[in-house]
Amino acid sequence: MSHTLKLKKGFDINLSGKAEKKLAACDQPKTFALKPTDFVGIQRPKVMVAVGDTVKAGTPLLFCKMMEEVKYCAPVSGEIIEIKRGDKRKLLEIIILADKEIVSEPYKKFSAAEIQQAEKSELVNLMINSGVWPNIIQRPYGVVANPADTPKSIFVSTFDTSPLAADISFVLKGEEKFFQAGIDMLKKLTPGKVNIGVNADVSQDTFSRINNAEIHPVSGKHPAGNVGVQIHHIDPIAKGDLVWTVSAYGVAQIGKLFLEGKYDASKVIALAGSEVKNPQYYKTYTGACINKFVEQNVTGDEVRFVSGNVLTGEKIKSDGYLGFYHQQVTVIPEGTHSEFLGWILPTTKKLSFHRAFGLLSFMNGNKKEYVVDTNMMGEHRAFVQTGVFEKVTPMDILPTYLIKAILAEDFDEMESLGIYEMIEEDIALCEFVDVSKNNLQQLLREGLTLIKNS
Amino acid sequence: MKFIKDIFDKNKPAFEKGGKFEKLMPLFETFETLFFVPDHVTPAKGAQIRDAIDLKRMMMTVIIAMIPSLVFGIWNVGYQHALATGQAMDFGQQIWLGTLVVLPIVIVSYASGLTVEFIFGIRKGHALNEGFLVSGMLIPLVVPPTIPLWQVAIATVFAVLIGKEVFGGTGMNIFNVALTARAFLYFAYPSQISGNVWTYLGDKNPVDGYTGSTILAIANEASVTKSGSVVEVLANSNTIISADFFSFTNMFLGFIPGSIGETSTLMVLIGAVILIATGVGSWKIITGVFAGAYLTALMFNMIGANGFMLMPAHYHLVIGGLAFGAVFMATDPVTATQTERGKWIYGILIGILTIVIRVFNPAYPEGIMLAILLMNAFAPLIDFYIVKANKQRRIQRATV
Repeated sequence: MSHTLKLKKGFDINLSGKAEKKLAACDQPKTFALKPTDFVGIQRPKVMVAVGDTVKAGTPLLFCKMMEEVKYCAPVSGEIIEIKRGDKRKLLEIIILADKEIVSEPYKKFSAAEIQQAEKSELVNLMINSGVWPNIIQRPYGVVANPADTPKSIFVSTFDTSPLAADISFVLKGEEKFFQAGIDMLKKLTPGKVNIGVNADVSQDTFSRINNAEIHPVSGKHPAGNVGVQIHHIDPIAKGDLVWTVSAYGVAQIGKLFLEGKYDASKVIALAGSEVKNPQYYKTYTGACINKFVEQNVTGDEVRFVSGNVLTGEKIKSDGYLGFYHQQVTVIPEGTHSEFLGWILPTTKKLSFHRAFGLLSFMNGNKKEYVVDTNMMGEHRAFVQTGVFEKVTPMDILPTYLIKAILAEDFDEMESLGIYEMIEEDIALCEFVDVSKNNLQQLLREGLTLIKNS
Repeated sequence: MKFIKDIFDKNKPAFEKGGKFEKLMPLFETFETLFFVPDHVTPAKGAQIRDAIDLKRMMMTVIIAMIPSLVFGIWNVGYQHALATGQAMDFGQQIWLGTLVVLPIVIVSYASGLTVEFIFGIRKGHALNEGFLVSGMLIPLVVPPTIPLWQVAIATVFAVLIGKEVFGGTGMNIFNVALTARAFLYFAYPSQISGNVWTYLGDKNPVDGYTGSTILAIANEASVTKSGSVVEVLANSNTIISADFFSFTNMFLGFIPGSIGETSTLMVLIGAVILIATGVGSWKIITGVFAGAYLTALMFNMIGANGFMLMPAHYHLVIGGLAFGAVFMATDPVTATQTERGKWIYGILIGILTIVIRVFNPAYPEGIMLAILLMNAFAPLIDFYIVKANKQRRIQRATV
């Protein structure tokens, strides 16, 4: 085990409504959806099923014409009841009415030893057809990896420091065997190392006992758990480099595919947030409709349902669907209110990273939990204050300069300032603390798209 | 507060698209957001929650930090008037006289500057940027109390127009707006901003033997005429009023003539504490300026080629506008360096340059103004090299 990576910069957003570590008993939702919009890289999705078709868990539903071999598969078995499209016929959701008993497509099983011996191509072939491949994300750009590429290393972060995040150790309890098999599989995909970032602040972490990989204990405030931050310090991405990342859940899912011969999209998710009556964990499947969990379980009328965490997540409806990569649903108050003199009145109740006049939340200490709504808390302005982004970005990167390079569409500057090392989640905290209220994640994505298409 | 909200809601349609005053929407918005933080919510994708800070609060913090200097300045105008004219005035009268002199300058500065800002806001269709709220308060604090109001207006309009709006508005300007105004006055109307202008006399005559010169001017004079050490000459000035008129303590506390807000180093330091504690002003820049100035002055002490060089180094920190400039002008985030390491370099260079200009250039007794403006111009260059080093590290990592 290498020595602990201690990160000083960052900011923990301590929200109220943390999920209690117990699994709630709840009926499964009736419908599930696969949302092509969850996958940043999909440009031209092609649907392989029609309304009325019956599918099993692991039946391919669609692929992208730019990378035809990778299939995106059904999380559950059932009947396709709707293929939802938006403006210009943009594919939004493929909705499945789930069976009572989930039936899976049978795939070939492997033992742990067989994984080590099998041909890489055979294993990859199974992964791209069964639905687990989209777990593998390529950096730069944060898109689904191309199976034809060979990454210089693979990274897995096994803890999530974002607000109200699901506890990954709790979520993957009992799945250690699958996680190990997944790591063994990933090891075959790269000539370099498989690096696992583990939480150095937790003793006896299950993930630090994993073999066949390099363990890196990381400690610090958010975004210490972000895989991008860990890559930056362990094996940074330069121009031309390819690094793959997989979530801890994704690793276990890959392992399960080989050991059990099925695409198992079952997933433990956290339902959290200040507006949830009983914040706790639920066992369901990827793409679940959230209505069963939030029905009768939410206080307040005007709330926002977020698939994912409050820094990088996406607003969904009360009967919307959980995102492919998301492991939590957060419910927070909607901030449609105008506060009288809210820009100057002193307050200890509003969470702030800053200490400007009247922002007294720093006096509460870091134990206090906050209720934060979705109000912008101000209006968009030009960049004025400097040095703040650097305080919440534990990387040797100058976010302000990078963003300005993106605004100027200066490709050389973007490259040399490190755009390859970042995706949305790595700049999310800057977006939160920004005095001038810029939508930095969106800007960063525009920059990434420009470079990718150049 | 419902009734204020109702007033805004009732009148809003007239300013919306198609309304009678649709062009004045930015104006309406500015006032509405002054009363109510708007009900805008975060976009569907991305950070769903935002920090409670905004630019209004940040700028307001700077204004609050300036209040001690402003209040002291108002009183000091009355106090200096009483001393210079030999009248007996109580504290209330001094404050009242100061208010009568200073308030019009503040009003003219804000009125003229905001007019320009609003015209540009309406042209570009955006609400007022808060940046001028600070500049509009800084300008009165760096001018002498005797300044003609029309000059304040012209200088402010010039600074906002040429110093800021031509570059694209708040956040884009290269030179500090308030200092641009000050420099404009200095070069366009030198007779109203040098000489015996630092004490408001009104229609009264000064007492015999009173000199209204600033310490910098006296020190310069002493150095050129070689009439003894600066400290001695200062001690012999204005003895008609008090024997220790120009003592170090008096200069530190600010009981001396000068620009309205800059005389009291103590009040400026209170402002510095507010700025640093709130994280709004960069402590690196402030410390850098003071350190750079002090060390340079110490070095000059050792060389000691003329009287000014021999003036004790700590005197430099309390005379003239050095402290005020270091705390309120050099820290302007838009015109300062933007990298953390750059802030040190920028601050220290301002300190060094200030002393160099003071001591070697009798034509410009006030060094801090020119030092900051010069470093404003060089700030992007400093940042360029800091950013280049960052890029270099990235390239080196790649080849390993």
